[in-house]
Amino acid sequence: MTPTTTWYLVLAAVLFGIGAVGLMVRRNPLVMFMCIELMLNAVNLSFVAFARAFSDINGQTAVFFVMVVAAAEVVVGLGIIVSILRRRPGANVDDLAELRG
Amino acid sequence: MELLVFVLATAMVIAGAIGVIAYRNPVHAALGLVLTLFGVAVHFVAMEAHFLAAVQVIVYAGAIVVLFLFVIMLLGVDRAEDLDVEPFKVQRPLAVIIGVAVSGLVIAAVVRGRSTLGSLQEVTAEGDDNIRSLARNLYSDHVLAFELTSVLLIVAVVGTVVLTRRSRRSEVAE
Repeated sequence: MTPTTTWYLVLAAVLFGIGAVGLMVRRNPLVMFMCIELMLNAVNLSFVAFARAFSDINGQTAVFFVMVVAAAEVVVGLGIIVSILRRRPGANVDDLAELRG
Repeated sequence: MELLVFVLATAMVIAGAIGVIAYRNPVHAALGLVLTLFGVAVHFVAMEAHFLAAVQVIVYAGAIVVLFLFVIMLLGVDRAEDLDVEPFKVQRPLAVIIGVAVSGLVIAAVVRGRSTLGSLQEVTAEGDDNIRSLARNLYSDHVLAFELTSVLLIVAVVGTVVLTRRSRRSEVAE
C-alpha cells in the first residue's frame, strides 16, 4: 500500500485547517505569522502532489515562487511587528487598532 | 517502506502544527514550526522534489525560523501568553468550527475527485533529474517571473531596513 496523491491532498487540507484555526485563535502577532507559514506549507505540499500526479514540473516551479514570496513577506511583516512592538511592548493584535477611523 | 515514511512524516507535520497553535510560549511555537517544516521536507523528498526539499530546509527551517527566533529574543516577547483569557466568548469555538469546515470541504472535494487524480507518477521524464528539469522550466518559461523575484527581494530588504531603522530626529523627539 503506497501513498497516493489523495493522501497528500488530505494532509494538506488538514494542515491548512490547523493553520487557519491558529490564525483565528491566537493573539500574538508572531504566532499568527507562524500560522500563515503553516497554511503556505499546506499549499506547497498540494502543489508538489499535483505536480507529481500530473507529471508537470510547473507545480514545483510554483512552489519555488511561493517560497520566495513567503520569505519576503516574513521579512516585511516582522519589520512591521518590530517597529510596532518597540513603541508598545507586549501589544497583541487586539491593541493594534490605531488606524481605525 | 513508503507507507512508513508517509506515516512518520505526517505525524511530524501534524504534531508540529498543533504545537504551533497550542504552545503558550512563542519560542516553543517556533520549534513546533521547525518540526512541521522538516516533515513537509520529508514529504517533498518522498515525492521526488529533491531541490524543493533542500530549499525547504535551508530557507524555511534555516532562515525564516531563525528570523522568528531573532525577533522573539530581540523584543523580549518570550513571555508565555495566557491562553485562558478570552475577550470574545464565541471566537474560539467559532474558529474551530470554521477550520474543521474548511478542511472538511477540501477533503470531501479531494475524495470525490480522486478518480481523476490516479496514482503518483514520475515528474521528470526521460530520466532527467529533478534539479535539471526544474532549472530548465524556471529559466525558460518563467524567466521573467524569476527576474521580478529579485526586484521583490530588494524591495523587501530595503523596506524592512527603512521600517525598523530609528532615525536620529525621532529619537530626539522621543
